[in-house]
Amino acid sequence: MLTLLGLCFLALLGLAVWGGSGRMPRAMFLGCAACMAGLGLAGGLALAGGELPPTPLPIGPPWAPSLIALDALSAWFLLILALVGLPASLFAAASPPPPAPVARAEGAAFPLFLAGMAAVIVAADGFSLLLGFEAMSLASWGLIAARHPRGPGRRTARLYLGFAIFSGLCLIAGFALLAPAGLGFAAIRTAPPEGWRAGMVLVLVLLGAGSKIGLAPFHVWLPLAHPAAATPASALMSGAMVKVALYVMLRMLMDLSGPAQPLWWGLPLVAVGAATALIGALRANLEQDIKAALACSTLENMGLMVVGLGLALVFRGADLRPLAALALGAVLLHALNHAGFKSLLFLCAGAVASLAGSRDPDRLGGLIHRMPWVAGCAMLGAASAAALPPFSGFASEWLLLQSLIQGWRVAEMSVQLLAAATLAVAGMAIGLAAAAMVRFLGLVFLGRPRTPMAAGARDATGLMRAALLIPAAASALLAVLAAPMLALGGGAIRVLLGANAHAPVTGFDLVLGEVGARYAPWAVAGLLALAVVLIAFAVRRRSKLEPTRGPAWDGGFMPPPAHLPFGDPLSQVSAAGLGQPIRRSLGAIALGIVERHEVAPPGSALPAALRVEAEDRGFTHVLQPLTRLRRTLSREAELLRNLTLRVYLSISFGTLVVLLALVALLERG
Amino acid sequence: MLVAFGSLITQILHVALILAAAPVIVGVVRWLKARLMGRRGPHLLQPWRDLLKLLRKRPVLAESASLVSSVAPYLAFGATALAAALIPSFAQGMLLAPMADLVLIGGLLALARVALALNGHDAGTPFGGMGAAREMTFAVFAEPALLVCVMVFAVLAGGSNIDAIGAALREGAMGMRVSLLFAGLALVGVMLAENARIPVDNPATHLELTMVHEAMLLEASGRHLAVWEMQAALKLTLWFALLAAIFLPFGTAPAGSGPLAWAIGLGLWVVKMALLAFGLAFFESAVAKMRVFRVPDFLGAALLLALLAAALIFVSTGLA
Repeated sequence: MLTLLGLCFLALLGLAVWGGSGRMPRAMFLGCAACMAGLGLAGGLALAGGELPPTPLPIGPPWAPSLIALDALSAWFLLILALVGLPASLFAAASPPPPAPVARAEGAAFPLFLAGMAAVIVAADGFSLLLGFEAMSLASWGLIAARHPRGPGRRTARLYLGFAIFSGLCLIAGFALLAPAGLGFAAIRTAPPEGWRAGMVLVLVLLGAGSKIGLAPFHVWLPLAHPAAATPASALMSGAMVKVALYVMLRMLMDLSGPAQPLWWGLPLVAVGAATALIGALRANLEQDIKAALACSTLENMGLMVVGLGLALVFRGADLRPLAALALGAVLLHALNHAGFKSLLFLCAGAVASLAGSRDPDRLGGLIHRMPWVAGCAMLGAASAAALPPFSGFASEWLLLQSLIQGWRVAEMSVQLLAAATLAVAGMAIGLAAAAMVRFLGLVFLGRPRTPMAAGARDATGLMRAALLIPAAASALLAVLAAPMLALGGGAIRVLLGANAHAPVTGFDLVLGEVGARYAPWAVAGLLALAVVLIAFAVRRRSKLEPTRGPAWDGGFMPPPAHLPFGDPLSQVSAAGLGQPIRRSLGAIALGIVERHEVAPPGSALPAALRVEAEDRGFTHVLQPLTRLRRTLSREAELLRNLTLRVYLSISFGTLVVLLALVALLERG
Repeated sequence: MLVAFGSLITQILHVALILAAAPVIVGVVRWLKARLMGRRGPHLLQPWRDLLKLLRKRPVLAESASLVSSVAPYLAFGATALAAALIPSFAQGMLLAPMADLVLIGGLLALARVALALNGHDAGTPFGGMGAAREMTFAVFAEPALLVCVMVFAVLAGGSNIDAIGAALREGAMGMRVSLLFAGLALVGVMLAENARIPVDNPATHLELTMVHEAMLLEASGRHLAVWEMQAALKLTLWFALLAAIFLPFGTAPAGSGPLAWAIGLGLWVVKMALLAFGLAFFESAVAKMRVFRVPDFLGAALLLALLAAALIFVSTGLA
């Protein structure tokens, strides 16, 4: 096990050097895929019982060797990383290489990004974990910055770097508070934080890991940064990197902070997660770029996972272990499912972008005729993302909704009301996700082509098709085998909730203990297939005529003239038009929207115009005030330069007195 | 063994019953509406006749239509039929009762809805896209209201299994509760939106700028249209059966009972369906259709009622 992990890490570092040289990028990415397969194998072996106890490495900081370990929780997330990393690497190998300097930078950063994420997951001490986290952040920044030497993309990269540094600092401070006895996880567990220290750890983890996950109000960078990178890197950021941050959150809040934390610990997580889910799902319906819409859908899913994590903390604090296991099972299973379908959807979007030439849905359309493989994969992924039974997303969201519905069992009125409100918000987010997925499929794959480029697109072939089929097959398997998979991850639940907790699973069904609610994915899939086949058979027995083709009736609209072979593109619904009902009814929650209707004066031949401008409230309410504050502070600081010597001396003296007083206070306390 | 056999028989009879009854219930609602408006009204079996006529016709697919137009109707009908098979009609304890989870039923309805919306997009016509966008928007408000209602029932019955909820409410241990009234009103609002009834949508119109459901079916014809019409009828029946199973569970044959109890349950089920059909027809005749952008307000009110029901039940059951 240790050999396998070590080989994979060394190979990834070697591949980074190779990629930096820019030679044979395709073989380098195939090597990354092999490393990912190896790490996935290690995760699978560890889940099947071959866990790796904390092992010191011959390297590390001066004060102690680095430790690595592979318990069930780490193994589960290693599996998630492999599930995204393998197809993403294959897709990278299949994509045409960018111009040389970009290719070299990406070739160096891509394996480093993978190695950083894997390092976070297998680290068993704070130092290695933070080192991996920073490597992950910097490498992913490099992947964005390499593609955008200037312009708005560069600003996005800078924004991302700012948030990455912020989350890194918060996590460093969090570990500093956790580790008076030492940075090793075993040492931290012997002295869990209490009182104000525990509260500060919660706040710092929420800020640090939370801003990496994209929790509101620190979500603004995510819909900009994730789509800005190349497609495989986008898939990794949206499918795996946010999960790594979720892993850090789980590890620090549920494992390292000890089991004795109070019930209210979960409440901020539930509230923030619900807000994130709603904002993300809303924005997924309003984006004009398919990759940005998918990144927003990541926000929604991560928000739901954080709700589940908060619920698990609440139930654990209320001593309702089976329900805590239910909520935690929902989080773990949804993390895995989301890794499958989101990498699938991102790779499909990347295939569309490279083969049909655009990421703007208003320049696509009708691709199901030209790219049946990509369209089929995208439909499977979208059905999973929309939480439709029997596809994979439904199983985990069913667990999450059930754990919210069972929220009334906590004997606290505030928790019950919060559970009811969160249930409403989660239901709304799931409905919005379904709307976003219908919008994605309808605009990109259905209907008529909107541009000649889309009309002439070719289907994904060879390695690119294989890269799509791997997560598609994983999603299909996870749909039917959700329960055995979660049972395999039962060890991860035991790591966090104690030895007598077990996954909410019986055989092939997901089951809620004594409550009697049950979801049997195999039965639903089988019955649904049976019903569809029987209905089709019965209908076709009575109705034998084969269909004919004709121009679309379209409520009596004229068929297009011969010189418009796919009809008038403008007579199809547009991306903005499709989002309009949601923008008008709910948009103001997430976005500050300004609508201006310019009517032409009487007698003028000018067209009337409706202009809609939208900006995320995270920008207007958080970032812009911060920028203003910084500007004010620097202006105030400028004033310090023109003081007299007397004032300078008194400022120094005052500072000295205050510091001495602080030291005296700390010595006494 | 006998119980298992009985559960299998009730399941088969139940599926046959709802499939046969669905178009008739649509016919009853249409007839009642016509009578209330002073017209004679069509025959009760007219929807069945329409379906058989449509099945004989040759379907015409739009040139830009893909496989979706040919597959979506069956998928939507299959999902709706499976959901309808889970909701008890005349007897409880059917074969699929352990699976009859309300969240799963909501998911199956969502599957049917997505299939319908994709069908609307498939031909690439403006009406279809517009209808799909509106349908998905309404669901955004309807789904949370349904889920919060499920939470209210779960507090009363312990879980979200509709069979268990019906059994718990039939025992009458709960008594009449204000929260159940609110939850019922919320569910009726959701039902009106899900079935595209007045005041959300008008099932009798084609080609109006306000239409939702019919807009997605403009390109369907022949057997595809027949399957869509049948799906809509089945969905209405499903919602009636759902309301009856939760709020009017009286007389339903309990699990493991014999044919006599089934017959009584069947008779009472017909009466309940007739009552609900009359209620729907009366309501639809009495109110006007609202503007499309008022619908979120209407469904938001349903959501608020559901949340109020949840809050009341937390207070009144003294769980806190």
